[in-house]
Amino acid sequence: MLGTLELKQALTGHKGRVWNVCWHPKGHSVASCGEDKTIRIWVNEGGKWFTKTILVEGHQRTVREVSWSPCGNYIASASFDATTAVWDKKSGQFECNVTLEGHEHEVKSVSWSQSGHYLATCSRDKSVWIWETTEDEYECASVISCHTQDVKKVKWHPHEDTLASASYDSTVKIFKEDAYSDWVCTATLSSHTSTVWSLSFDSTGSRLVTCSDDMTVKIWQEYKPGNEAGIATENNESTWKCCCTLSGYHSRPIYDVDWCKTTGLIATACGDDIIRIFREDSTSDPNQPSFSMVCAMDDAHTQDVNSVQWNPVNHGQLVSASDDGLVKIWFYSE
Amino acid sequence: MGEQLENVNPKLYKKVDDRQITANDEDEDIVDEFDSREIFDLIRNINDPEHPLTLEELNVVEQSLIEIDNKRNKVNVKFTPTIPHCSMATLIGLSIRVQLLRALPSRFKVNVEIAPGTHASETAVNKQLADKERVAAALENNHLIEVINQCIAAKM
Repeated sequence: MLGTLELKQALTGHKGRVWNVCWHPKGHSVASCGEDKTIRIWVNEGGKWFTKTILVEGHQRTVREVSWSPCGNYIASASFDATTAVWDKKSGQFECNVTLEGHEHEVKSVSWSQSGHYLATCSRDKSVWIWETTEDEYECASVISCHTQDVKKVKWHPHEDTLASASYDSTVKIFKEDAYSDWVCTATLSSHTSTVWSLSFDSTGSRLVTCSDDMTVKIWQEYKPGNEAGIATENNESTWKCCCTLSGYHSRPIYDVDWCKTTGLIATACGDDIIRIFREDSTSDPNQPSFSMVCAMDDAHTQDVNSVQWNPVNHGQLVSASDDGLVKIWFYSE
Repeated sequence: MGEQLENVNPKLYKKVDDRQITANDEDEDIVDEFDSREIFDLIRNINDPEHPLTLEELNVVEQSLIEIDNKRNKVNVKFTPTIPHCSMATLIGLSIRVQLLRALPSRFKVNVEIAPGTHASETAVNKQLADKERVAAALENNHLIEVINQCIAAKM
C-alpha cells in the first residue's frame, strides 16, 4: 500500500440508495441520483459541499444514472421509467425540456460523446440507442440490438465518436459509424464470466478497464490494423485483447470503475463496501501490463459502493455513491 | 396464481418446534447475535405462491441450508424448489430476499440461491436473484410487489 484516501465530506440528502455520481466537466460541481427519483447538484463554497439544486419531477421511477454534457450546460438522466430526460439551464435553472422515449424497459445508462453530437442510452430491453443532437433536437440515429441480455453501461471514447457498452451477457461491445452512416458493432470483448457492470477508457482511448460481477477487473488493449505487435485484425477494424486481469482483490461484485484521465489511477466501487485504487507499475510492459493495488479503503461506505468517479480537473479528488444513501468526497494522496 | 397447478400434489414436511426461549434471550445485557435459526424463523412462514402452505411445509427452506457469518455481515440462504421446472423459483427467491431485506439490519449482505442441482435453470435464476439492480427494478413493479407481499404476509 502506498497511498491514502482521506474522507473530505459525507453528503446527506438523498432518501434511499444513491446509484450514480458524475462530475461537471470543470470539476466544480457533482450531480448525483438515486432511488428517490431526484437528481441533486452539489457545489463547494467556502470549503464545504452542499446541495445547490434538486431536480424533481423528471422521472416516475428510480434515476439510475446521470451524465453531464462536455460543455457543462446539459445533464442527461436515465431512469427505470424507461425514459431519458435532458435538463438544460437556458432559463438560469436546470429544467427538463426534453424526454427521450423509445426503450421498452428500464434505461440503465446514458452517456454524452466528447464531441457533444451524440447521446447514447441502453436498457434492460437489450438495446443500445444512439441519439444525434443538433440545437436541442434529438433524433434517434440508431437502435443497436447486438447484446443478448440487459445492457448495463454505455460510455463514449474520450475523443472519438466510438461507443463501448457492457452487458449482463458478460461481454463488452465497441460501436462505430460505418461509411454508410450505420452504427455497427466493430468488436466484442469476451473474457468476463458474469455481468459486466461498468467500463472506462484511459486518456488515449486505446485502453479500456472493465469490472464485473465475477469480482475481477480487466484491462483491454486496442490493436489497430497494421499494429507493431503483429496482432491479427479483421475487416480493417481494431482487435481488443484482454491484457491484464486483476483477480483476488474484490470479494463481491464490482459495480463501477473509473480510469483517471490525468493521473492514470483506476478506482473501483465494490459490493463489499470498499473503494480500491490501482496504479500501473512503472516497469509495466505495454502488451502485458501489470497493475498494483495502492489503496483499499475498508468501510468506505456502510453498504455497497455503487459509483466512483475521479474529478476531471482537481487531481486526486474522488466522489463515491452508495446504497447507504450517502455521496462522499475523498482525496487520494501518495 | 394460475388456473392449473404446476405441482399438483406436493410432498408435505413436518414443521419444526418453536424456538426455546432461554434466560439469556430475555437478558437485555447479553449481545444476541443472529443465528441460522433466527434467519429460518424469518422465512419459514413465507407462503408458497401456488399452495396454501408455507415454504417450510414444502421443504423449500430448511435451517440446515442457511449460513450466517455475523462478523462479516453475510447471510447465505439456499432454497429447494418443489419441482426442477418450477416457474415460481424466481418469485420464491425474491420473496425470501425481500423478507430478509426488510427484517435484517442493512449491514447484512444477503445471498439467496437455489440449492445446487435442484432446478433446471439454476444458474439463470441465481444470476437474476443476485443482480441487485434488477431486483430493485422488480420491486418498483406494483403488481409484483403485491404478489410478494401476499407471499410474505404470515397467516395468523
